[in-house]
Amino acid sequence: MSDLTALTQDALAEVAACGDLAALDEARVRWLGKRGVLTEQLKALGALPAAERPAVGARINEAKQELQSAIESRHAALERAAVDRELTAGGIDVTLPGRGERPGTLHPVTQARLRIETLFRRAGFEVAAGPEIEDDFHNFEALNIPPNHPARAMHDTFYFPDGRLLRTHTSPVQIRALQARGAPLAIIAPGRVYRCDSDMTHSPMFHQLEGLVVDENISFANMKAVLHGFLQAFFERELAMRLRPSFFPFTEPSAEVDMSCVFCEGRGCRVCKQTGWLEISGCGMVHPNVLRASGVDAERYTGYAFGAGIDRLAMLRYGVNDLRLFFENDLRFLGQFPSLPA
Amino acid sequence: MRVPYGWLAEWTELPWDARELGTRLTMSGFELEALESAAPPFTGVIVAEILSAERHPQADKLQVCRVSIGQGEPLQIVCGASNARRGLKSALATVGAHLPGEVTIGAAKLRGVESRGMLASARELGLAESSSGILELPPDAPVGQALREYLKLDEAVLDFNITANRGDAMSVLGMAREVAALTGRPLAGPAIAPPAAPANEVLAVRLAQPAGCPRFGGCIVRGVDNRAPTPLWLRERLRRAGLRSISPLVDITNYVMLELGQPMHAYDLAKLAGAITVRLARSGETLTLLDGTQVICEKDVLLITDEAGPVALAGIMGGERTAVSAETTDVFFESAYFAPAAVLGRARRFGLTTDAGQRFERGVDPTQQARAIERALALLKPAAGGTAGPIQVTESIGDLPRRATVSLRRSQLQRLLGVELAPQRVSGTLERLAMKVTATEAGWQVTPPAYRFDIDIEADLIEEVARVVGFEHIPETDAQTPQRFRPLPAEHPGEAAILEALAARGYSESISYAFVDPALQEQLFPDRAALALSNPIASDLSVMRVSLWPGLLRAALENQHRQADRIRLFEHGIRFEVEHGNTHEIDTLAAVALGPRLPEQWGVPKELRAPADYYDLKSDLEALLDATGDAASFSFVSQPHPALHPGRAARVLRRNQPVGWLGELHPTLVRSLDFTYTPVLFELDLETALAVRRITHREVSRFPQVRRDLAVVIDEAVTLSSLTERVTLAASSLLRDLRVFDVYRGPGLEAGRKSVALGLIFQDISRTLTDDVVERLMVSVVADLRENLNARIRE
Repeated sequence: MSDLTALTQDALAEVAACGDLAALDEARVRWLGKRGVLTEQLKALGALPAAERPAVGARINEAKQELQSAIESRHAALERAAVDRELTAGGIDVTLPGRGERPGTLHPVTQARLRIETLFRRAGFEVAAGPEIEDDFHNFEALNIPPNHPARAMHDTFYFPDGRLLRTHTSPVQIRALQARGAPLAIIAPGRVYRCDSDMTHSPMFHQLEGLVVDENISFANMKAVLHGFLQAFFERELAMRLRPSFFPFTEPSAEVDMSCVFCEGRGCRVCKQTGWLEISGCGMVHPNVLRASGVDAERYTGYAFGAGIDRLAMLRYGVNDLRLFFENDLRFLGQFPSLPA
Repeated sequence: MRVPYGWLAEWTELPWDARELGTRLTMSGFELEALESAAPPFTGVIVAEILSAERHPQADKLQVCRVSIGQGEPLQIVCGASNARRGLKSALATVGAHLPGEVTIGAAKLRGVESRGMLASARELGLAESSSGILELPPDAPVGQALREYLKLDEAVLDFNITANRGDAMSVLGMAREVAALTGRPLAGPAIAPPAAPANEVLAVRLAQPAGCPRFGGCIVRGVDNRAPTPLWLRERLRRAGLRSISPLVDITNYVMLELGQPMHAYDLAKLAGAITVRLARSGETLTLLDGTQVICEKDVLLITDEAGPVALAGIMGGERTAVSAETTDVFFESAYFAPAAVLGRARRFGLTTDAGQRFERGVDPTQQARAIERALALLKPAAGGTAGPIQVTESIGDLPRRATVSLRRSQLQRLLGVELAPQRVSGTLERLAMKVTATEAGWQVTPPAYRFDIDIEADLIEEVARVVGFEHIPETDAQTPQRFRPLPAEHPGEAAILEALAARGYSESISYAFVDPALQEQLFPDRAALALSNPIASDLSVMRVSLWPGLLRAALENQHRQADRIRLFEHGIRFEVEHGNTHEIDTLAAVALGPRLPEQWGVPKELRAPADYYDLKSDLEALLDATGDAASFSFVSQPHPALHPGRAARVLRRNQPVGWLGELHPTLVRSLDFTYTPVLFELDLETALAVRRITHREVSRFPQVRRDLAVVIDEAVTLSSLTERVTLAASSLLRDLRVFDVYRGPGLEAGRKSVALGLIFQDISRTLTDDVVERLMVSVVADLRENLNARIRE
């Protein structure tokens, strides 16, 4: 049976030469299939003398096994090679940008406002709102600003023909909130306000934050703590704060709030006009006339109120030096304020 | 209010330099707005005397002067000023002097004649905006002394912001009172005494409106020289305080006003016609003022009149007819008290802002009228001469303001400030402010001085104590408040969540003005009434927006002009709807998209590079609507809108109530507004459209789902929503989901028909669906569509 040895050699050589899985499969069928060459050899055993059969059969089976395992290892090698080829061919440029839409952004003033709302909510304040078109009573009279009061001259009010007006500050929300809910109360009211004025630091529409706390024993000292706490939380740093006596018709005592300049840490720079201080807010103890105009017992309750410019807070936080940029809606400007921060 | 340091120092001792003084006053309620020097920096300028002045040999307009500087040989100076003359003392900028405006003086030859310096004008020294000729110094000016030293030009000038409640502080005296309250040192000031009255002449004054003018001081002075120069020191003080020198009479009344806070007026006596009456105007009465403006008065305007008519707008400005001029020799001084209520708002009504008006509006000391005249006479005599008559005060005592006594409780002081102050500190502080203080069991009874118009209630006194003691002495104390919970209604969507949802889909938030261009708004909403402002800041910002679209389209257009090729903007704000005369402020969310569906990028099919259309924006809108948890409550119906393409406009309904609009901008507007791409817009009423449904969990089926696809040929006019409505009805509640995966028109279909490919997904909650069941459902769906929608099923 020298030809069996030769056959086996041929078969092994053929398997080794198979370049792909299909060829290997063909080879397997040719040699080991139902009508494969080795299979035929086994079939031919019957023609041999009985005494020779076992030995020859064993040799054929041996050859079959040898071939089988050669095919298997060739199969594994070819598969590995195929995967390798696939991996090599399937490599991509991982630096190409991802497919699809790109996110937009929230307006920086909105971001500042939402941040302010979050901070005050955490401190126990509620967020209140009021109309942007107001009447004289809520915008002025109830706030202790009678007609012809010199303070009105500073308000540059937009009027409608019927005497209504665009609110010049968010302070009317104080009146409305007190009228609607009464004391005790702790609210902030962020919103849009309007004055006929326009330059680098004035816009005819801007955003204000109003705060109001009324309870039985609310003091100036409480107001100082809240304002200082808020400023440090908003700017995420230790800041000095000072209150300067001032005048607002609807608070008594009244104060302007200065914080140490966030650009020079109080050493003096262009932004703070070399004073080291930035004026950031007005505040004071609610005038008893305001409490009374809102139906609150001015003997039983005391309270404080404050107002601050949200746009100004946003300008300081983001280093924006021209207020008008906020209202030009230039996508190249808006795109600079990613929306992920808290 | 500008206060020269030296002027203030005349009235009370100043233990602090100017900067410290400014800080102290800032911290007690008088904000220092600016701290300046009386003159800009310059060097090398000295007092000099012109010994001779001769015509320049080569130039008519120049003179060659010999100028003494007190030592050494006189200097030869060439000078172009016509007032350079022998004997005049002036300011010489010597060789090497540095003047404002980076000017350096060198020796020079002017038309061949050497000049060893320059005789300087006030303007060249930065002491005036303009000047004619060189500076004229008084005859007693010490030759050779540095001019800065002589005129005290290094003096600090403090500019304070005086709040509207503190009219009493709008004077040197008023600020001195504040300083004295801080330092505890006495108030001094120049001695002011009634002058001897050599003449006996008075002008009759009648107070016909004593509530408005309860006290009127007057005085006649004859023989004044109003051409005389106002003394340099006085002019300098006025200049430092921010006023221009006019003539001795005007300058002196201004000086008294700045010093004492009492506005005065000087009438040319020769032009006054008889007795003075202070009365209310007759309706329509006219008066031409000093500055030439003519005012037409209503009946609430207080006037000073003579027998020929109005001569002054009381407390605001004098009239032209009786104004003093260079020729004036006889004068009538007015120093009156006008009640704030008689002056308030009048100046503003006439578009005037005057120093007098500002003071009377806020309240002038009602006790100082005679004193002010005394001060004026003392200043007038050496400056312009004249013989004064007696000071005559006409008054109605009962109409003068009286300061009420105010109670201050110790307990309330502590409660409001949150700090305990020693009783002596409280009473001492109030006394330093010239208040009369009486101790009571609960605290104090306090009577403020006549000039404090701002002290009416207890809180006013608490403020006085706090601001003088210093707000920095009040601690920061946490309030003791209970932890209160308030409901957080689940239906109210979180604003941040809404905005972030749109941002995540590629939109950037814009904020535009609530007033818009009426022309643009008209174009978009021709039949919508809008609220117009009476006093807009600009004609293109004059009506309130009835929609956020005008602002968004404007912003989009501006970005297009800035070469943005793909624009996605949204805005959240109020729109103002007018309905039957009522205005409704509606919380609104709107967006605009124009340009390619996706940002320019590699590897996306061509369709995704096409400009965004109705369906792109609808997808973004639906993302928001789905987030309410109530997607099924919304529907879209085709409805025309003047701003939108008539075939591509939809009303957004929620439970059949309108909550918004969606559509593509009308092609006419796309062209007239010059858009490169067609803007697609939506607008929602935030509260109704995005109210969130309270969710109750539904069970999820554990059994397999079965899908059947169906291609239905129907008429073009049949909308998808009517198709899905039929399918949903016919397919029973076992239909869990219905998808549209193709809409086809074209070859193979009749004209006017379209094929819609639907995927029906069935699932039961309690069992596995058999083919039988699903087949029966499909049969009933097909039958229903054939019957009701004239549908053909495509195989």
